[in-house]
Amino acid sequence: MTAAFLSSEFVHNYRRNPSAIAGSAILVIFAVIVTLGPWLVWQDPYDIASLNLLDSYKPPMWLPGGDAAYPLGTDGQGRDLLAAIFYGTRVSVMIGLTAMAFSCLLGTAAGILAGYYGGVIDSVLMRIADVQLSFPSMLIALFLMSAFGTGVDKVLIALTAVGWVVYARTVRGQTLSEIEKEYVQAARVAGLSDTKIILRHILPNVTTPLIVVATVQVGTFILIEASLSFLGVGVPITQPSLGLLIKNGFDVLFSGLWWTSVFPGLFIMALVFGINLFGDFLRDELNPRLK
Amino acid sequence: MTAMLEIEGLEQRFHVGGGIFERMRVEKGRLRIPDRIVHAVNGVSLKVAAGEVLALVGESGCGKSTVAKTVARIYKPTAGTIRIDGTDISGLGQRALLPVRAKMQMIFQDPYASLNPRQKVRDIVAEPLLQQTRGRAARAEVAGRTLALLERVGLNAEHANRYPHQFSGGQRQRIGIARALSVNPRLIIADEPVSALDVSIQAQILNLMKDLRDEFGLAYLFITHDLSVVHHIADRVAVMYLGFVVEEAPRDTLFAAPRHPYTRALLSAAPAIDPAARKDEIEVTGEVPSALDLPSGCCFRTRCPFAWERCAAERPVLRDAGDGARVACHLLDEPQRDAP
Amino acid sequence: MTEALLQVEGLRTHFHTFSGTVRAVDGVSFAVGRGEIMGLVGESGGGKSVVGFSLLGLIDPPGRIEGGTIRFDGEDLTAAGEARMRRIRGREIAMVFQDPMTSLNPLHTVGRQMDEVLRLHTDLDAAARRARSVEMLESVGISRAAERLSAYPHQFSGGMRQRVVIAIALLASPRLIVADEPTTALDVTIQSQILKLMRRQIRERGASMILITHDLAVVAEMADHITVLYCGKVVERGPADTVLRRPAHPYTRGLIDSIPNPALRKERLNQIPGMVPDIRNLPVGCNFRDRCPRATALCAEVEPALQDRGSGQWAACHHPLDAAP
Repeated sequence: MTAAFLSSEFVHNYRRNPSAIAGSAILVIFAVIVTLGPWLVWQDPYDIASLNLLDSYKPPMWLPGGDAAYPLGTDGQGRDLLAAIFYGTRVSVMIGLTAMAFSCLLGTAAGILAGYYGGVIDSVLMRIADVQLSFPSMLIALFLMSAFGTGVDKVLIALTAVGWVVYARTVRGQTLSEIEKEYVQAARVAGLSDTKIILRHILPNVTTPLIVVATVQVGTFILIEASLSFLGVGVPITQPSLGLLIKNGFDVLFSGLWWTSVFPGLFIMALVFGINLFGDFLRDELNPRLK
Repeated sequence: MTAMLEIEGLEQRFHVGGGIFERMRVEKGRLRIPDRIVHAVNGVSLKVAAGEVLALVGESGCGKSTVAKTVARIYKPTAGTIRIDGTDISGLGQRALLPVRAKMQMIFQDPYASLNPRQKVRDIVAEPLLQQTRGRAARAEVAGRTLALLERVGLNAEHANRYPHQFSGGQRQRIGIARALSVNPRLIIADEPVSALDVSIQAQILNLMKDLRDEFGLAYLFITHDLSVVHHIADRVAVMYLGFVVEEAPRDTLFAAPRHPYTRALLSAAPAIDPAARKDEIEVTGEVPSALDLPSGCCFRTRCPFAWERCAAERPVLRDAGDGARVACHLLDEPQRDAP
Repeated sequence: MTEALLQVEGLRTHFHTFSGTVRAVDGVSFAVGRGEIMGLVGESGGGKSVVGFSLLGLIDPPGRIEGGTIRFDGEDLTAAGEARMRRIRGREIAMVFQDPMTSLNPLHTVGRQMDEVLRLHTDLDAAARRARSVEMLESVGISRAAERLSAYPHQFSGGMRQRVVIAIALLASPRLIVADEPTTALDVTIQSQILKLMRRQIRERGASMILITHDLAVVAEMADHITVLYCGKVVERGPADTVLRRPAHPYTRGLIDSIPNPALRKERLNQIPGMVPDIRNLPVGCNFRDRCPRATALCAEVEPALQDRGSGQWAACHHPLDAAP
């Protein structure tokens, strides 16, 4: 199986696609940061005891006044910025992935039900989706967060509420084309119930296009969450994501303490860039219509 | 003796044009939501005896596949009865249909779309059987039967663990046949089973279906547009046009002496290799009218070279025309008009 | 005999895909005389459509014409540049496809598409182009032609659309028409109308046609000559009557026998066993030997060459049918 995969066209095309390689290299680095981050830095930035206020606002190590102990400098509490970024990346990526998983589950369920049963269920679900798509997702998330208040759980709810639509529409379209196919009719003739037909026959055949949607969506979610946090309605101060770090730095940006805001910003940019590069490759490879 | 399959007055109509919003129109200043209805099958009555092959012939859109899929209860009929071995199944729910599905199975047209690409061949073939036994059958028993079926249709045991994309069209059709046979049915509805295959593979599948019929005493409701295939496999033939059966007769009668103008047109339009078999008796012009808007009277009158006033006023019914044939045509009453 | 209109010699068109080189057309030779209908027959994978696309220079990567010559009226098309091919396509050689929707632009009216062809290939003024379009639509049996010019392709039924495609193909009076399964998507009563129409138009205009099809019965009704392809190679060719009545190659025989023939009344069809070999991995020797009842050790070693069987019939077989096995 592994050997077959390594010699497949997918791997072959990947090897000849520099932007896919660059994208996945970035993602590997971030995977290391997310999984091993806390062990890569010497300081727990949210353990007050480990902070030293005397070290506040130290510039990056290569600038005059820099300290090798704080490679990217420190913030107002003397917190090592690199450590804060590593911890923040964890929060951002976890929120992006979890919200994506929730959206995917909810949207896939809604899309399959709408496509399979049609009628009223379909009309209602798809009209909700239409209405929702006529507002910018940022606006909806912002509205929900101002109603809920801050918190990681609330961010997840807001992002799921924003994100399910794209899965629902994709899955519904795919379901409509699958139920026309004769293997679904064959399952009906074999005597399978609706539930079994959906789970055994439709579900496995509608999920491939979701991989692409899901990949790109993680990037979008990370950006939305960052924006929400930047506006102060996202994650709480105790669990700062990259977006909140940017906001915290932004307050002192014009006092010449640029690094507190710019470095988290560069990280978030690199992360989303990597996701999109890899997502583009997946889209070209997995979408048969482009082939 | 009860017939294996008996259809009476079967009607199938489909609403098209989408949901309420798509159909909304403003006509003469008033909002209207017109119903657009496809009259796919309009009162079809047929019988298939045990062990008999009835071919249902016609061009695309004539409703032959809809009849097949309604009999297989993929669709619910709009009206009429469908009796399988004496039981009326036209109103049964999916659960109540399960025992019927042990007697009746289906073979599909498209060998690429009729097998789930994510299932292994062994699971595809065993699916109807597992459904019937509801998990009570021993695993080994089902596996053994699956392998025996694969071998019977000309595949072998090592094919069982592969996926459909690893097979050619002809082999896939064999897998579909094995699936249909798994529950030991007595009636097989075959919806254009060879029309997607290459000629040389067609012959293999036709031979296989013929052998299986002899071996298991199967009855076939065989849907096809190809007259040479009909001639090869059918005992009796029913010709459909626009959702109506226009003629039904034993095979030899139908090919030797077709009565309905449409049947005659079909036979003379079919290309033949053998120059001696070519006949240019009757040629129709124009194309099939829309099933959204059936013509009045006889369904074929818009293309029929013999049509006269009565054909527009009165719909001919299928009736006995001698030699075991049933024909729906006013020419039976006025044979003198049957001259070009 | 004058030189044939089209003379294909040793045409090789290969596709270089990830999983290996597909020799879709591998050394195909045939000729089409002036005013002649040549049937190119074979099953899927035989390479018949690729031959058609090669003639028109429509092979896109990963495909490539690797060798051979295509002489059209004395000119080698394999050496012609893209600009020259553009002039030839439509004006000299026209193509009719299986699915009429692929050759009609759904966004433009039929009239506009016809006008475009005429503007490209003739010097007629606007009024004359319109008149010619109307005349052409009428000649393919479309009533109220002047009105229909402003209709869009989706407003026509399948059979009517194919008539439009044929009208467009005939517009610039091409000398050769390549028709790739032109009636496969159509019903049998419509098919017979379209075939009659095509035959009449070809004969009246003195044009030639290559009819690509899997259906031997269609070829029998239409063609003067037949070329049978198997795995990208010509296995038999000759006058239609001879090939269909006395096929020399076992594959041709098998194809004919596979079609149920009402006159013969057989309980079982004489099927060709097995299936077409993987074209990326063809056997040594004769490609057909694994399915052939007459195969011997020789067939596994030496690939048979096309041999003259007399009266214009050629077959590539070590043990042709009218010889002793």
